[in-house]
Amino acid sequence: MLAESLGLSAILFVIGVIGVLTRRNAIIIFMCVELMLNAVNLTFVALSRYYGMGGQVFVLFVMTVAAAEAAVGLAIIISIFRHKQTVDLRNINVLKG
Amino acid sequence: MQAQSMALSSSHPLAGTIAAWMWLLPVLPLLGFVINGALCLRARARVGPADPDMVHGEHDASVAASEHSSHDSHVAPPFRSLVSLIGPGVMLLSFLLAAAMFFAMRGVDMSTPFIQRYWSWMPVGDLKVDFAFQLDQLSMVMVLIITGVGTLIHVFSVGYMRDDPGYARFFAYLNLFVFFMLLLVLGANYPILFVGWEGVGLCSYLLIGFWFLDKANADAGKKAFIVNRIGDVGVLIAMFLIFANLGTLDFTGVAASAGSMPFGGALVTTICLFLFLGCTGKSAQLPLYVWLPDAMAGPTPVSALIHAATMVTAGVYLIVRSSFLFSMSPVACITVSVVGAITALFAATIAIKQWDIKKVLAYSTISQLGYMFVGVGVGAYSAGIFHLATHAFFKALLFLGAGSVIYAMHAAYHHSGSHEDAQDMRNMGGMRKSMPVTWVLMWIATLAISGIPPFAGFFSKDSILGSVYEHADNSVLGGATWLGMSGHTVLLAVYAIGLAAAFLTAVYMTRMMLYTFHGTSRASDDEQKHMHEAPWVMTGPLVVLGALSLFGGWLNLPAITSFLGPVGGLDHWLDPVVGSATRAITNGVALETAHSTEAALIGAAIVIAVLGIAVAFLALKPSSLVPKAQSPAEHGFEKVLADKYYVDEAYDAAIVRPTYELSRNVLWRGLDAGIIDNLFVNGSAALARGLGWLGARAQTGSTGVYAWAIVIGAIVVLSAFSFR
Repeated sequence: MLAESLGLSAILFVIGVIGVLTRRNAIIIFMCVELMLNAVNLTFVALSRYYGMGGQVFVLFVMTVAAAEAAVGLAIIISIFRHKQTVDLRNINVLKG
Repeated sequence: MQAQSMALSSSHPLAGTIAAWMWLLPVLPLLGFVINGALCLRARARVGPADPDMVHGEHDASVAASEHSSHDSHVAPPFRSLVSLIGPGVMLLSFLLAAAMFFAMRGVDMSTPFIQRYWSWMPVGDLKVDFAFQLDQLSMVMVLIITGVGTLIHVFSVGYMRDDPGYARFFAYLNLFVFFMLLLVLGANYPILFVGWEGVGLCSYLLIGFWFLDKANADAGKKAFIVNRIGDVGVLIAMFLIFANLGTLDFTGVAASAGSMPFGGALVTTICLFLFLGCTGKSAQLPLYVWLPDAMAGPTPVSALIHAATMVTAGVYLIVRSSFLFSMSPVACITVSVVGAITALFAATIAIKQWDIKKVLAYSTISQLGYMFVGVGVGAYSAGIFHLATHAFFKALLFLGAGSVIYAMHAAYHHSGSHEDAQDMRNMGGMRKSMPVTWVLMWIATLAISGIPPFAGFFSKDSILGSVYEHADNSVLGGATWLGMSGHTVLLAVYAIGLAAAFLTAVYMTRMMLYTFHGTSRASDDEQKHMHEAPWVMTGPLVVLGALSLFGGWLNLPAITSFLGPVGGLDHWLDPVVGSATRAITNGVALETAHSTEAALIGAAIVIAVLGIAVAFLALKPSSLVPKAQSPAEHGFEKVLADKYYVDEAYDAAIVRPTYELSRNVLWRGLDAGIIDNLFVNGSAALARGLGWLGARAQTGSTGVYAWAIVIGAIVVLSAFSFR
């Protein structure tokens, strides 16, 4: 059971990483990041069966922070859209050396 | 050791006498320096704000008249009367104190030096150097010469520098010089001697460049300073070697433990040769003599006091002071006398073709210093000191007399508005008519330096040459080998060279007298009317020095002249200091010269001197001279002599230019500008900028690249942990 759970969370995590690396749309990247977070949540829950309740407590924290991060992140994306009329990351590269 | 010496000094026969005041000897001139220096600064501060150019303007007058500005300005220098009182006044007090100490010393029987420790100066590990003064027969003689001749020259300067705007500065420097010179001869260990040694070098530099607005004068000062530094390195190394091997730097301590070094060994020879290197610098011997002729750029009283009578004899003093070391190294001794002899002859040949009256005397000084080194080299220490004393008398007289002549020439040129060279003998001639007193006194000094009896120089020069001849047969030097030659042969050659130099001395001195005072004047009639004897404040010291040049020989009469008075006065006086060293060189016996030999030696010396004067009178025709401006160029060997064998040019090509080029191309452009500035300073900046540029390239602003970097980095880190 554990192997399947960890395998699923690994697949989800890799899908999230590939999404972050390959997509250009900020919203989709944002969603992929959420996917990675939830993959990690699944790992925590699966392992908590063997290592105690600490993992499930952590999941609650992660979800709380993810909710806060979603609020801030979406607000930033909206603000960028108002500024540049696009959320394509290829066009957002002002901050460079 | 220290407690023992303390006990020694408190039980010393001089303890409690006036000699306990010896610290006052150098402190008096130091006080003069402080007061005169303060007056000099005060004078500047007073005129400063009103006239900011005063500091520069002050010297222009002097430079315009090159040797002196005495007649150019009729504004008295500030604080003149006060400075005239303090400058020579402290010297006179110092001399009176020294004289009182001399009589106190005569009254007691002293075989050990009287040492006074004031404070611990350098207590570092094993090195313990006290600030201590040492009064013995040798330093007493030196102190008397320095303060005595020094007082006379200070008095002369009151007249000579009368109208110079730097009057207070001049006396401040002169007082400071005497302070350092007394420190040099009173110091009880090598470091104190070295402080004085460097101090007199500093004052020499300041006074050569006294009229520093003329670049030639400032350059001459720098040359003297730099050439002297080369020799000073030798003294320093010798001091290091002495301390490393004997563990002490006190004269008494070194003298006591010198015997622990092997006689004639490499160590003691090295120490002596390094000390002698210092002497060649300070006392202007080959190969470091080149600064002394240029030092004539200073005011003439400076040439008399520093560059003839006192400072340049410091090297002779150093060797006599270190006689316990030199007497252990025959090789070093012979080296000293050979260098001295060659210098004596070499400088005398140059002096024969010089036209500048002060240059003749400068080369004559180098030559006479060579005689002193010949004397101390063969172990005739008291003879060397004897010549040092008589030379101080007659050479100071010659320089001050030359100063009076130049003073008169300047007065004449000032009235005629001429800009001729006031020091060139071709512009003089017939001055005996206008300056009879100076003429007579200068002849006394000339006869003295030429070695005509009964003048002072005759006795001292004869005593040196006689010792060389004696020591060739009866001393450890005669039996030693030097560069593969037997010491006997070398010393006989030194004797022959000494005689040849004595002949040349008589020739060039007579030449100087003939060209300056005899024949007809080569100045215009109007100028001749304005040449007259210097004021008494200048002529007075000349008269005293003339008497000393006449009777100085009585200090140390040779045995053959016992009908004149007590013989060997100075020999007996210095015996506690140098007697054991002298006897070490003569195999432990006091040499008793056969009267017939002595008579022959004296006869030879007199014949040579008379011959020299006669040759000069017969061969030189003052009437054929023309003023400098119309003089034809010299040719052949005469030109080589007049141009001083091109030694300056050779040094310039062999040492100065390469050093300059090395400094410029390698040290400056290569090392400083190239490696330090470019590689280290600019290089590190460029490195930081380059790394920053690379770092900036990584920051593309594209989020995707960052994401890739994070992922790849995470993979690398995780795999590094997994496959460890």
